[in-house]
Amino acid sequence: MNRKLLAGPYLIWMIGFVLIPLALIFYYGLTDRSGAFTLANIVSIATEEHAKAMWLSLGLSFVSTLICLLLAYPLAMILRSRGMGRTSFIVFIFVLPMWMNFLLRTMAWQTLLEKNGVINGILSALHLPVQSLINTPGAIILGMVYNFLPFMVLPVYNVLCKIDDNTINAARDLGANFWQTLFRIWLPLSLPGIISGITMVFIPALTTFVISNLLGGSKILLIGNVIEQEFNKSGNWNLGSGLSLVLMAFIIISMAILAKYDKTGEGSMF
Amino acid sequence: MSQPLIDLINISKSFDGTMVLDDLNLSVKENEFVTLLGPSGCGKTTTLRIIGGFETADTGRVVFGGQDISKLPPNKRQLNTVFQKYALFTHMNIAENIAFGLKIKGKSKAYINDKIKYALKLVNLDGYEKRTVDSLSGGQQQRIAIARAIVNEPKVLLLDEPLGALDLKLRQDMQYELIRLKNELGITFIYVTHDQEEALTMSDTIVVMNQGYIQQMGTPEQIYNEPENAFVADFIGESNIVGGTMLHDELVEIFGAKFPCVDKGFGTNRPVDVVIRPEDIDLVEPENGILKGVCTHLIFKGVHYEMEVTTPDGFEWLVHSTDMCPVGREVGIRVDPYNIQIMNKPASEDEEAVGVNE
Repeated sequence: MNRKLLAGPYLIWMIGFVLIPLALIFYYGLTDRSGAFTLANIVSIATEEHAKAMWLSLGLSFVSTLICLLLAYPLAMILRSRGMGRTSFIVFIFVLPMWMNFLLRTMAWQTLLEKNGVINGILSALHLPVQSLINTPGAIILGMVYNFLPFMVLPVYNVLCKIDDNTINAARDLGANFWQTLFRIWLPLSLPGIISGITMVFIPALTTFVISNLLGGSKILLIGNVIEQEFNKSGNWNLGSGLSLVLMAFIIISMAILAKYDKTGEGSMF
Repeated sequence: MSQPLIDLINISKSFDGTMVLDDLNLSVKENEFVTLLGPSGCGKTTTLRIIGGFETADTGRVVFGGQDISKLPPNKRQLNTVFQKYALFTHMNIAENIAFGLKIKGKSKAYINDKIKYALKLVNLDGYEKRTVDSLSGGQQQRIAIARAIVNEPKVLLLDEPLGALDLKLRQDMQYELIRLKNELGITFIYVTHDQEEALTMSDTIVVMNQGYIQQMGTPEQIYNEPENAFVADFIGESNIVGGTMLHDELVEIFGAKFPCVDKGFGTNRPVDVVIRPEDIDLVEPENGILKGVCTHLIFKGVHYEMEVTTPDGFEWLVHSTDMCPVGREVGIRVDPYNIQIMNKPASEDEEAVGVNE
């Protein structure tokens, strides 16, 4: 009886802040303004503007996640091979930006990349041609990588630390060179960390609208921006909810694909 | 037993300024079972890791079959290692674990399958191909680790305390298993352990190490019966180590009593260390003893009784015997001349570090 009472607050939290909002999104997503059932909000993902935003979101998130992984994995390997004292300092340095406000960090990139920003200022001082950096897909990818990289480094680093040195030594001892050891031992053994890293980078990257707002201007619309506009500007909650449901479906599908590769079940959300 | 297969020449190694190995020289013959024995921190595992290629010596060379391999990475060395905690690949099944080295070498599928069958039979685990690593007990995992190493047909197998994590009974079984394997395969084993009994049971040659120095090298019999210094005597088995004076050849004085012995060449009236194994002390009637004492302690150990006999000078002699002597009884101590082992006392502090750790 006591235990059930302890679970009470969590139950209320879940009903109030998870289940009811979710139900409301389903309700809005599956009805029109008059409250009648319709699939039009869902199907509207097929319209050119929405489909383009969806594919762009998927593409940029995919590229950002890949870059994060390619940056984080070698870093995590280097961190692992260092002594403990120095390691925790380097990890600390990496996590430090996360203590600063997310918006602030992205706005800092805005001032760096602007047409008359810091980078172009340096370029013109060196008599080099000024680049258009901001409001490009590249700028958005940069923002995503910068903001989400720690979420890739930490899980990968944690799982690498669990791998016994002698397991690696054994592979070397049995004749494997560096690349064979990487692909046959390091990567398979660190898969749970890689998968949770991918999950923690891909999902926020797919749903973000702040990064694309600040670094993509109004020119580049991600699906997050479209949904935000439906809620904030057009006031069309039904369409916004419908598109949110589609986005959710995409996330569920990508997580299901990842779960297939993660046999241990340590990393994924399933 | 023929050619030296591995030569370690003037190997030194230090970690963070602490000397772990100091000018070590060691030669291992083909088809020999060599055990590096010593307390933890004596440098035995470091020596093995230098041979395996996982550590690089600060100075000195590792010569393997006449070739200097000091600079070669582990994957280029013709030897394989069995690690302390097995270090199996947990994301592979047993067959994949054993096949790892062969797949890297690009052997054919048929060859690999034959080898897996053969290796599993050799370690008495036929039919375990599809099992996962986690489903095996410690002893079984250790055998798979051995199988994984030997399918590559190394000339030398390095074993780093492979039985350390097993319980006593299993450890004893595995000792015989390893001797059988070595004889069947006809390869050289270099074995690291801190367990003197393990070393005595299995080895052709024992290398006793302490503080980065080789204390003594020899057959198990030599190491046990003729320890060269107090450290070896103390580390291998139990022993009574007492100070004495070598009066002249074949006569040593201990606590004022004269013991005939068989050692020569120590000079006259030289202070020496005397080692007498507890099982070599005969307890006799007081009037027949060379020394007299009183039994002050008695424990039944199963195979024998363990007793302590205190002589008037206060020294407690450890005695093992199947005959019991009750506490409080006065007894005489006799030792057969050939059971007395005389050792030079370390002359200086320096020599003490090299030779003795008291």
